[in-house]
Amino acid sequence: MENSSYSLLSSEADSQRTLYPYVTGTSVIGIKYKDGILMVADMGGSYGSTLRYKSVERMKPVGKHSLIGASGEISDFQEILRYLDELTLNDSMWDDGNSLGPKEVHNYLTRVMYNRRNKFNPLWNSLVLGGVKNGQKYLGTVNMIGVHYEDNHVATGFGNHLARPILRDEWHENLSFEDGVKLLEKCMRVLLYRDRSAVNKLQIAKITDEGVTISQPYSLKTFWNFSAFQNPTVGAEGSW
Amino acid sequence: MTKEHANWSPYDNNGGTCVAIAGAEYCVVAADTRMSSGYNILTRDYSKIAQLADKCSMASSGFQADVRALQKHLEARHLIYQHQHNKQMSTPAMAQLLSNTLYYKRFFPYYAFNVLGGLDSQGKGCVFTYDAVGSYERVGYSSQGSGSTLIMPFLDNQLKSPSPLLLPAKDAVTPLSESEAIDLVKTCFASATERDIYTGDKLEIVILNAEGIRREYMELRKD
Repeated sequence: MENSSYSLLSSEADSQRTLYPYVTGTSVIGIKYKDGILMVADMGGSYGSTLRYKSVERMKPVGKHSLIGASGEISDFQEILRYLDELTLNDSMWDDGNSLGPKEVHNYLTRVMYNRRNKFNPLWNSLVLGGVKNGQKYLGTVNMIGVHYEDNHVATGFGNHLARPILRDEWHENLSFEDGVKLLEKCMRVLLYRDRSAVNKLQIAKITDEGVTISQPYSLKTFWNFSAFQNPTVGAEGSW
Repeated sequence: MTKEHANWSPYDNNGGTCVAIAGAEYCVVAADTRMSSGYNILTRDYSKIAQLADKCSMASSGFQADVRALQKHLEARHLIYQHQHNKQMSTPAMAQLLSNTLYYKRFFPYYAFNVLGGLDSQGKGCVFTYDAVGSYERVGYSSQGSGSTLIMPFLDNQLKSPSPLLLPAKDAVTPLSESEAIDLVKTCFASATERDIYTGDKLEIVILNAEGIRREYMELRKD
């Protein structure tokens, strides 16, 4: 994976560096709720404008206390999962009863993303990292250039534009599980209507002190029966 | 055969404004807590102020990933200094370290606009102001970031800085009391928030004096 060139500007090294993403996932949304974190992502992997893959799991558990969701280049996400595997393996090999919490994993990911950006060879992802450890909830995000923050609700990509405003209005402390799921589904429905790379096959993941559960894939009901769609040419006479 | 250009930028401007004012026996360092990207607000509650030493705080705005890396770097260097010298770094020493750290990356800069504030070894307030590549100066007050163009002229008007052309050099430290300086800072941010879209949400104020460090917060407009 590491290139053996002596200079960042030689043409041999250039062929090794990421220029643009190929297979990409769209938005991931995460919220804090009463018992922990809820996260949602659809299962699409787009190849440019083609919806090429429709069973991509874009959320994975990390260690005992965390859950990672990724948008952006899928192969880079798989690379990140390998890094995290190594990290959690080394952590458990200490065998000292301690385990990495979500804050630590988020910090690790932030450093990885930032250092790759420094070498002009980024991992083309926006990551959501959520988890609970000892009752403390944590939800953070980091993107391909290393910009990171934590909040009560986070989203990547289109989710930032379409879901965050809904969450700013309707999220509150101590959401129940059912209310949290309803809220996330509302956001995903809007994204389905408006994000062309969204697919109607999604998973919701929950992480609490007890552990991680990622749901089976399911679809959302959508509504197209608006009267304007019934008779689309009404009122069009005389207009261009 | 032209070289392909990257279609991504390693930099982003996450906005925000920082201010610092030095007093006879105190120093006030303040920054808003809004983090933006383009026309989006990413979060309303992100602190831009880092406590580098017991009597030294740094407020930085600009590209958040670089700001955080810079803070971590200086915190690590301060820890090493403490191990080697068995004492805290003085604010002027930290000021020089920050300048050198920034210039080290002169050809791939930290996109960070900093104000360093603290107490010098005499216990007097001192403020150092920086550009992105380490050029710095000790001043009585300064502002950096997206709202600095709105705040700086106001500070010049209110704090009546003596001309740097006078000889002998006149002290730029303000005669204002601590509470007057804090009120001034609140006024500055309330005004900047009105006209700068990247400034707002909440104001974090760090006050350093002989007793130690304390924090105050004030709500700002969220639009």
